[in-house]
Amino acid sequence: MSFLALDERFQQGASLLHRLEARTKLLVALGFIFATTLTPTGRWEVLGGLAAVLAVGVLLSRLSPLLVLRRSALALPFVLAALPLLFTREGEGLFTVPVLAWRWTATDAGLEALLTILLKSWLSVCAAVVLTATTPAPDLLRALQGLHAPRVLVATVSFMYRYIFVIGEEAQRLMRARECRSAVVGESSGGTIRWRAGVLGNMVGSLFLRSYERAERIYDAMRSRGYDGELKSLATASLRGADYAMLATVFALLIALESYARLS
Amino acid sequence: MEVRGLRFSYPGGFPALRGVDLILDPGEKAALVGPNGAGKSTLLLHLNGMLRGGEGEVRIAGLTVRQENLGRVRALVGLVFQNPDDQLFSPTVFEDVAFGPLYMGLEEPEVRRRVEAALSAVHMDGYGSRMPHRLSLGERKRVSIATVLAMEPAVLALDEPSSGLDPRSRRALIRLLHELPQAMLVATHDMHLVRDLLPRTVILDGGLMVADGPTEEILQDVRLLEEHGLEAP
Repeated sequence: MSFLALDERFQQGASLLHRLEARTKLLVALGFIFATTLTPTGRWEVLGGLAAVLAVGVLLSRLSPLLVLRRSALALPFVLAALPLLFTREGEGLFTVPVLAWRWTATDAGLEALLTILLKSWLSVCAAVVLTATTPAPDLLRALQGLHAPRVLVATVSFMYRYIFVIGEEAQRLMRARECRSAVVGESSGGTIRWRAGVLGNMVGSLFLRSYERAERIYDAMRSRGYDGELKSLATASLRGADYAMLATVFALLIALESYARLS
Repeated sequence: MEVRGLRFSYPGGFPALRGVDLILDPGEKAALVGPNGAGKSTLLLHLNGMLRGGEGEVRIAGLTVRQENLGRVRALVGLVFQNPDDQLFSPTVFEDVAFGPLYMGLEEPEVRRRVEAALSAVHMDGYGSRMPHRLSLGERKRVSIATVLAMEPAVLALDEPSSGLDPRSRRALIRLLHELPQAMLVATHDMHLVRDLLPRTVILDGGLMVADGPTEEILQDVRLLEEHGLEAP
């Protein structure tokens, strides 16, 4: 059991993308995802253009393209959610699969829709991967704040980011303690599935209670330092020339691509 | 810091403090020792008004701890909790140390100055952008102290500052606490820390103060220590 997945997403670096203000990168990434989502089905050349913009971003970030690909695998499970599209669109039949008593026919329009969705979600996830790999999480949180995202939301995410590691380690300790006492005597090992599920349930419950108690202690620590229920933060630095240039370039490109997709 | 006739029972009716009188002069450093459940943490939580509603009075720098002046009291008393993971709740060290000054309503340049001064006081200069979960326990304990130093308090109330530290980090912590000019009330089981750092010792047991005197004398009274579940270093 490992919690490596909880590790930081940020990759040290000094590339152009690393040096840009977090707000710029956040806006660019959001703009990119927005534009990708707006692209009509089957406009491959537009999606290709977006992919090219993304590729330039990866190049500028000096991240290993392999790393971006590996992390973008996160989008894979969503293929399943998009799969029904293949069979539900009206169009010319491609092939038929028997499912229990029904026969499902895949159509060319369905295939087109499915591929578009897959490409769109993959491009969006890649953009998010590049964003999180070039921006430390605390900077991203500050960027959200600087862009006037709701403060309660930002505070909630900050706490989550601060404590997910602490709670992860706590869970790891619980598991280790269970493993240490999971000796095997003779042939049979462990109890029934039902019993094991019970043990797991108790562990989850205990983790919840611990987190709940911790939350109370954190609240006390906050109140001790004057917290009065209002969320405050320091002002953020202003954007520089490079930030404005990047914002202008990317948004001009995105608008051009989307206008082309709609008008032509 | 002045505590007079302090009595407090938790909602379950358990009497945690049964009449505590304690005066700490400016800059005085005292140990608060006693077995688990003696009321040490309860007493500390009274110092900045986290717990109220019992009998008696707590005054900090002449200011009675009351609902109306909680804000000012909390700026005067730096309470550091035992577990740095509870004390440090922000994504970065800088934001955590800035939290107190920010809530005191200070201007941004002053907040930044205080953060730098506090981190420098605990020898953690340049750690501002680090994330708390990436620091060692000793470093997190030091940052925890910086989070209250930034509020420039008159009194530090520390709960088990040395627990869980290896000997080297513990020595570093003791040296650090030595350097700080503030009055200190340190709740601890670490009798070495008491001997090396704190000239005065207060023993609390069952919510009552059973001894108060020079650490040197108290640590020699082996019977007194054993009676209250303590041991000489």
